[in-house]
Amino acid sequence: MDFKSGKELLDLCEKMQMPISEVMKRREAELTGMREEEIDAGIKKALSIMDNSAHEPLEKEMNSMGGLIGGEARRLKEGSKEGKSFCGDVITKAITYAMAVLEVNASMGVIVAAPTAGSSGVLPGVLFALKEEWGLEDEVLHQGLYTAGAVGYLLMRNASVSGAQAGCQAEVGSASAMAAAAAVEMMGGTPGQALSAAVGALSNLLGLVCDPIGGLVENPCQNRNAVGAVNALINAQQALAGIRQKIPFDEMAQVMLNVGRNLPFELRESALGGCATAPSACGLGGCGKGIG
Amino acid sequence: MIGISLFDVIGPNMVGPSSSHTAGAVSMALLARKIFYKEKKTRERLIRRADFTLYGSFAKTYRGHGTDRALLGGMLGFETDDLRIRDAFSYAEANGLEYSFSVSEDKDMHPNTADMDLTGMDGRKLFVRGVSLGGGKVKITRLNQIEVDFTGEYSTLIVSQTDKQGVAAHITKCLSDCGVNIAFMRIFREAKGAKAYTVVESDEKIPEAVMDSIKKNPYIANVTLL
Repeated sequence: MDFKSGKELLDLCEKMQMPISEVMKRREAELTGMREEEIDAGIKKALSIMDNSAHEPLEKEMNSMGGLIGGEARRLKEGSKEGKSFCGDVITKAITYAMAVLEVNASMGVIVAAPTAGSSGVLPGVLFALKEEWGLEDEVLHQGLYTAGAVGYLLMRNASVSGAQAGCQAEVGSASAMAAAAAVEMMGGTPGQALSAAVGALSNLLGLVCDPIGGLVENPCQNRNAVGAVNALINAQQALAGIRQKIPFDEMAQVMLNVGRNLPFELRESALGGCATAPSACGLGGCGKGIG
Repeated sequence: MIGISLFDVIGPNMVGPSSSHTAGAVSMALLARKIFYKEKKTRERLIRRADFTLYGSFAKTYRGHGTDRALLGGMLGFETDDLRIRDAFSYAEANGLEYSFSVSEDKDMHPNTADMDLTGMDGRKLFVRGVSLGGGKVKITRLNQIEVDFTGEYSTLIVSQTDKQGVAAHITKCLSDCGVNIAFMRIFREAKGAKAYTVVESDEKIPEAVMDSIKKNPYIANVTLL
């Protein structure tokens, strides 16, 4: 059971009467020759690493390698205790966890690249906010990871998930699309709604540049993971309410790749443009010298 | 394996901060270590010293990305998600592994490249050049003096030989006799008649028995199975 496009995926879901997660699991079993229990074990391990990286910085100070970030997640948690979480609990948790994972990542802790290390906070942010606020079981989160994996696989295959190749839209944008589709399936939506949410998530972040200060995966990466998580929630809620995107998934994947190709080199992880060359960022690390 | 796996997307599980500059660096060092260890099975085969040269983006940002710790961690046998990578310098010291890092201004290299010059306890040398391709994927582009190209993702056989007529035919016959289905096979050489490497990659596990039969040809110096 294989699929090479969003359309083929939806056709398979329809034909087999299966959610995206189940189709993806069967594809993986056929591709790798692994038993389904082995694949499940891999997914469980990924979720447990995500769980740890989303929660550890709330208790423990993390020192990043570049010194540009650290302590943001704890500040958000403290702020919400003091009654400053006017975004609501789901969004507050999503941004807290998304930023937490980037703290762990920047301090050489263990994370799951999903799809990349620079965008590794988006999916855990969405998964654990929904788990805790909606009382979802771990099994439901596992399904979410399979669904996210299906969307990420298609974007990796047909577009790009590399900041150096196609900008942050390809990293955080893709992660956001993966998380949006996962959230839809976890909250009881259809495969069509899941891909529609992914389309919305991609289109909202189109053109987002990759401009890390000093060339390091710290700032603005950490903030953008928070944006990616919230963008996923917005699009999942829209899709679940029955709002359908006008552009199909496969076309949107191509659009994202085309926009990425049109981004100048300076805005694709070279640290030669964007935030990386703001005067105040120059004092923080290697302004304008670039990393390529 | 052919095609993108679920765990290429939800993964790798890794020590941060960068899949290309950290996880990729671990993987290329692990691969170099594996080649070194599998090349000669003697008691004194441990790596005593690793001298690294970094190019391009690796050279410019290695400290902030922990590329140096990652390379050293891989050389110590740590996997990409091993937290000990963070303290690789002290583990290297505790394990008697000497090391050095230098950077090169060479602009013609792929931006994420590292040379790994290894010396064994017995004085044996191996030079490996690794390139990080993004998302934690890597390939080896040079072994000693010879430009090569393989990823180590498949079951891989490296044959060190003199470039002579009939050697390739001998290798393929041995593989065929052992029932190995070849995914890729390429010969890399310095010049006609000089030293060469044949790299064979297979989807299935290549049996150890094939090594002994390949070694029977007089022009074959060594066979390494990864």
